[in-house]
Amino acid sequence: MFSHNGIIIIFSLLIALMASIMPMPLAFDAFRPDWVLIVLVYWCLALPSKINIITAWLMGFLLDVLLGSTLGIHAAAMALTMYIVVVNFQKIRNFSVWQQALIIGVLAALYHLIVFWLQRFLSDAVFLPSYLYPVITSIILWPWVFLLLRRVRRHFKIK
Amino acid sequence: MNPIFKHGPSPQHRLVLVLCCSIALIFFDHKMASFDTVRGYLQSLVSPLQFMANAPKQMITWAADNLVTRQQLMAENQAYQEKELLFSEQKKQLAIIKQENERLRLLLSSPIRSEIKRMVATILSVDSDPYSHQVVINRGAEDGVYEGQPVLDEEGIVGQVLLVGAHSSRVILITDLTVAVPIRVQRNGIRLTASGSGRIDRLVHNFVPHSADIQVGDLLVTSGLGGKYPEGYPVAKVIYVKADESGEFATIYSEPVAKIDRLRYLLLLSEDKATSIFAPKKSNVTGDKS
Repeated sequence: MFSHNGIIIIFSLLIALMASIMPMPLAFDAFRPDWVLIVLVYWCLALPSKINIITAWLMGFLLDVLLGSTLGIHAAAMALTMYIVVVNFQKIRNFSVWQQALIIGVLAALYHLIVFWLQRFLSDAVFLPSYLYPVITSIILWPWVFLLLRRVRRHFKIK
Repeated sequence: MNPIFKHGPSPQHRLVLVLCCSIALIFFDHKMASFDTVRGYLQSLVSPLQFMANAPKQMITWAADNLVTRQQLMAENQAYQEKELLFSEQKKQLAIIKQENERLRLLLSSPIRSEIKRMVATILSVDSDPYSHQVVINRGAEDGVYEGQPVLDEEGIVGQVLLVGAHSSRVILITDLTVAVPIRVQRNGIRLTASGSGRIDRLVHNFVPHSADIQVGDLLVTSGLGGKYPEGYPVAKVIYVKADESGEFATIYSEPVAKIDRLRYLLLLSEDKATSIFAPKKSNVTGDKS
């Protein structure tokens, strides 16, 4: 994990974690993109030998601790979503960036729905459409994160 | 190294492994209260991350606090002075009324209201998870915070302390899905409960009969039942009443009076044992200091 500048991967994941708990005005808060999911998907597509489901689960677990939700909820959702990426990474890799953005949208929607289902199972949460707003921002964000992280990966020669 | 043939367990095995871990965690965290200490450790483990994520906001608030014009400060100062004049006048009246009230209560031989201690806390972070409405404050067990302590802002009830760390604690807000506050209507004393709806601007009142006299605009205050919240603090204002006879109960929504979405300073209350002003004085002055 730490060889070939692998520390940069961890660094980017930590920044994603921070971005997902950064205080924001309430009006924008519902639109907060899934930073951790996007960054994880990028590294999983680029270096599937380094980033796998266990990494995703650990990031989800950290997200649980940071967000104060029941431990294991975001972890399970993150692991399930990343499983789809891990199994199909060779197909997704060959799509264009915009097609990938659509797939990110589907993945983000699945992620939020799994979180909602688990919450619904534990408490009587009611579904609000605003729970899926992050899907839109995640789709918009993907191309930029993709280009930025690809540049980072090439610059630091992360393998 | 990029091996063509992958080593290690297959994705399926990994997925099953982590899902089992998740299920175990969810079970332990949801069902076992003793898991709270583990959470406390985890909380202090990630607090550097929280601090760093909070830094930009802190910088902006610092800048906003420091970059004000002299005119603004003078205007504010004047407003505060005027307010203080008003308050000090009211306080003198209050002392007399309080004394009179206690004497009347003694005559009626009803228990004397207990003295309430206050402590000011500031918010460290707000959770962005839509399913749990919690904030982290900068007071902990070292400052005398205890679990279940009521938390207010300048307008009304905000929530109660959920987890206590050494120097910080978690407050669960009244809008969280899992909590309810015992309240009454200030106008006529009807008792209700206010349950969180998971929306920051709405509380739900369940099991209210159609005949209950509740109108839009009614102020709801804590009833003091349940022993968690002291009596008489504002909680919410009724915004929607629908007495649809086809339903079993009336549908009533209210909006919290506390500014849940823009909290900054909070007040922690702690109830002392019942003391009368006729009882030998111990420390009723220090209680008012924050």
